[in-house]
Amino acid sequence: MANGEAQSGLTLHPLEQFGVHPLFGGHEVHWYTITNQTLWLAIGVLCVFALFVVAANARALVPGRGQNAAELIYSFIHNMVRDVTGEDALPYFPFILTLFLFVFFANTLSLIPMSFAVTSHVAVTGILAITVFLSVTLLGFFKHGTHFLDLFWVRSAPFPMRFVLAPIELISYFVRPVSHSIRLAGNMMAGHAVIEVFAGFATILVISPISIIAITAMYGLEVLVAVVQAYIFTILTCVYLKDAMHPSH
Amino acid sequence: MATEAEAAGGAHNVAMPQLDFSTYANQIFWMVVALVAIYLIVTRLVVPRIGGVLAERSDTINRDIAAAEELKRKAVAAETAYNKALADARAEAAKIVAAAKADIQKDLDAATARADAQIMAKAAESEKRIADIRDHALESVTEVARDTAGEIVAHFGGSVDAGAVGDAVAARLKG
Repeated sequence: MANGEAQSGLTLHPLEQFGVHPLFGGHEVHWYTITNQTLWLAIGVLCVFALFVVAANARALVPGRGQNAAELIYSFIHNMVRDVTGEDALPYFPFILTLFLFVFFANTLSLIPMSFAVTSHVAVTGILAITVFLSVTLLGFFKHGTHFLDLFWVRSAPFPMRFVLAPIELISYFVRPVSHSIRLAGNMMAGHAVIEVFAGFATILVISPISIIAITAMYGLEVLVAVVQAYIFTILTCVYLKDAMHPSH
Repeated sequence: MATEAEAAGGAHNVAMPQLDFSTYANQIFWMVVALVAIYLIVTRLVVPRIGGVLAERSDTINRDIAAAEELKRKAVAAETAYNKALADARAEAAKIVAAAKADIQKDLDAATARADAQIMAKAAESEKRIADIRDHALESVTEVARDTAGEIVAHFGGSVDAGAVGDAVAARLKG
């Protein structure tokens, strides 16, 4: 890629890396077409399988290395659900863990050079966020009926203030899926795009040392961002779930 | 890679692949497949296995801690019993010492009383003898005085009337 750009001068295509292309020829992307994104989704699933099933297969009382890593992630999310949402939310723990593993492996795998950043796509994160939003809202109504609306009627505030707070709470509630998805996709996309831009500058001899140092630094930052964004996505889901389980402020 | 990407980008003519809605159905379909796959792995394999291992481990740890606490409790009980036995033994020893002391005191008192009585008896006897000796001594003195007086009178050439000398000496001794 760098060679191609060097030949055609300094042309930066930082967003090209996010393109969804059919993996086995053709240009049309039908709903069933196996694309580069499908490949990296599959690799993510395989990583989950490898870490949690193959590496943690020993089921030893004193864990080995792989089992320890799997248990670390497992209990990290388990404790997060328990601490943020409460004991009564533990039945939803498998969903939260699924969500975390999906985002975590999509984020971290996208850091492999030439790979594909699944979570940089708003289609992906949007569906995730909308799923979380809808299921949490439905769960709230299912559990509490109309009492779920207490979430928007702040009883701890003085009575006249509640009329002001209600629309604010309502708007902030409906903005949730937007911020939830854009935060993740935006973070992933921005980081990858910036690295790509620096990579483009690396074709100029004078700038290339600075550019390579910058790529290295950005890469370190992106590792952090990948993990932290997976964490944030999951903990926000827990927070939303908590609102559904205990709607009163 | 670049040419392929450009070709694909050109095919859709979208600056941001994220906003290329023609790929959305594909993305969502495969994403849901991946999510379902991960969910099945999590519910069928991860939660029963790792959850089981973690539960088992926490059970083991809790059981061990409980056993350790039980042992500690037993040790404390044993120490209490030991201290109590020690205190009892000390009290018993003190009692025995006190009893022995009382016995000895009693014996000592009796012995002292007996000794006192003996001493008193001896003293009384001695006093009697001293009194006897004194009486005898007085008698002897009278006798010596009488004899001496008789001799003196005889020496001066007087006739010695034993009765008169004796009366005079007795009168002098009284006076």
